[in-house]
Amino acid sequence: MIPIYTKRRIANAINLTFSILSMVFGLFWLIWILFTLFEKGFGGISIATFTQMTPAPGSTGGLLNAIVGSLAMVILATLIGTPIGIMAGTYLAEYGQRGWLAPVTRFINDILLSAPSIVIGLFVYTVYVAKMGNFSGWAGALALSLIVIPVVVRTTEDMLRLIPDSLREAAAALGAPQWKIVTLVTWRASKVGIMTGVLLAIARISGETAPLLFTALNNQFWNADMNQPMANLPVVIFQFAMSPYENWQELAWTGALLITLGVLGLNIAARFFLRKQAL
Amino acid sequence: MSKIHFTAKLKRQLLFDRIFHKVTWFFTFVVFALLAALIGSLIIGSMPAIKTFGFDLLFSADWNPVTEKFGALVPIVGTLVTSFIALLIGIPVSFGIALFLTELSPPWLRRPLGTAIELLAGIPSIIYGMWGLFVFAPLFAQYIQPWLQNSLGQVPGISFLFEGSFMGIGMLTAGIILAIMVIPFIASVIRDVFEIVPSMLKESAYAFGATTWEVIWYVVLPYTKIGVVGAIMLGLGRALGETMAVTFVIGNAHQLHASLFMPGNSIASALANEFTEADGELYTSALIELGLILFFITFVVLTFSKILLLQLKKREGTTA
Repeated sequence: MIPIYTKRRIANAINLTFSILSMVFGLFWLIWILFTLFEKGFGGISIATFTQMTPAPGSTGGLLNAIVGSLAMVILATLIGTPIGIMAGTYLAEYGQRGWLAPVTRFINDILLSAPSIVIGLFVYTVYVAKMGNFSGWAGALALSLIVIPVVVRTTEDMLRLIPDSLREAAAALGAPQWKIVTLVTWRASKVGIMTGVLLAIARISGETAPLLFTALNNQFWNADMNQPMANLPVVIFQFAMSPYENWQELAWTGALLITLGVLGLNIAARFFLRKQAL
Repeated sequence: MSKIHFTAKLKRQLLFDRIFHKVTWFFTFVVFALLAALIGSLIIGSMPAIKTFGFDLLFSADWNPVTEKFGALVPIVGTLVTSFIALLIGIPVSFGIALFLTELSPPWLRRPLGTAIELLAGIPSIIYGMWGLFVFAPLFAQYIQPWLQNSLGQVPGISFLFEGSFMGIGMLTAGIILAIMVIPFIASVIRDVFEIVPSMLKESAYAFGATTWEVIWYVVLPYTKIGVVGAIMLGLGRALGETMAVTFVIGNAHQLHASLFMPGNSIASALANEFTEADGELYTSALIELGLILFFITFVVLTFSKILLLQLKKREGTTA
């Protein structure tokens, strides 16, 4: 007969061990995946990766057109999505106490934030690609911007709400009109926080593949025309990894390493900025 | 004279105020309109399929582009089964991680470990897919699947789940990869809701002589259960819509099997694989309807999650 006290201690020990094990379990995958990426992708990084186009099966090449295409679409998506996101986030934080639009949009924004990205690709396909008649870099950028918007709206609203009302009241007491309060006081005070949101959004879209499949598609060749199908890293990785050609698979791993380092770097940078804002 | 000048200035500022208000209102309306447009376009796009198949599409497992027969049962079941496996593994592990981060970890380790778990969420899903197909699946087929068949596969009642050959890819692999992907989402939300428990409550329980586990199980968990369910729903929403990782490892076969070792299909991976190659209005439209079904399912799950998390927040406001 085990005394109840011992029983409780044993239960405690078992469950806490389980907790430690699950922490180890979580870290285990992170380390394993990163290790695999370095092992398989690092050897492939060379000058050719950044100076040559994606090759035909069996020949050598790099990822230049894919990298440039990805950068172009990510930059455009950020330029389209950020102003919309910041303005909407500002409305929610500064004027969102009254009216029907603010609560509804806040709710919708949270849904969009976690909505399956492939559905966003479908949406852009039906309203843009199907109407224009061809896949294009613009369609890819539009699809990505739809992912940027909810992230930026959310962080902008959260950051503006962190600004104490006394700051707004102080400005109002000096006779500042509301638009000046927002642009010269609250935006300035939460500048770093809003930037963090933008960085997080960029990190999110840099690795997105699903919404690009039906919008930007892919392009084997160099292309600077946004109205044409455009190469981009995620879709190239997808096609090359699924192919039976060894040189393509090798490039896919190199691309995977580059994209992961980029995305994780942006994530860490965003966290660093966020801490600065919190202080 | 200066008075007139002053009122003119004031008027201009008031005008600017109104303009600024309207401009921000307009952009908010754009965000609102986007969702309406999204749902609208999916419904319009799937009209031909809805007209042709009606509700049959939901219950038919027949998917044949050549004869233009489309049934969504296989991808719907595949989506639900893989997400269920992901939650089965993900929930206990996420709970353990949240428990470790809030109660057990030494304070100096909390931030780096929390960040590491969040980085796991930052890895693009296509990387999970590649890694799953080329690294995880071979090992899974070689070691884990035989072991599962010899252990759980011998238990009467569930043995049919572990039948078949060891291919490495299939529903179970997809579920496991999804679990790894949703763990960081669920764990970080659970950690956040655990942190709102007033320390006075926990300290009183400790003062009664409760063990750490008893404090978690009888004090923290009851206090935060709505939030924990909300976190799980959020993770479910992620798992349901996950595309690339699943596409790599699920096998992409429009077949219905009882065994989890067999290949299947999910809504998102069917879309990723077939949409650009679909020819014919009906085929495209059936795929768009799949997207609509997926969106509907995630919409319901996410709404549920949001309502639960909001309730917890409200209660936190009243009892604090």
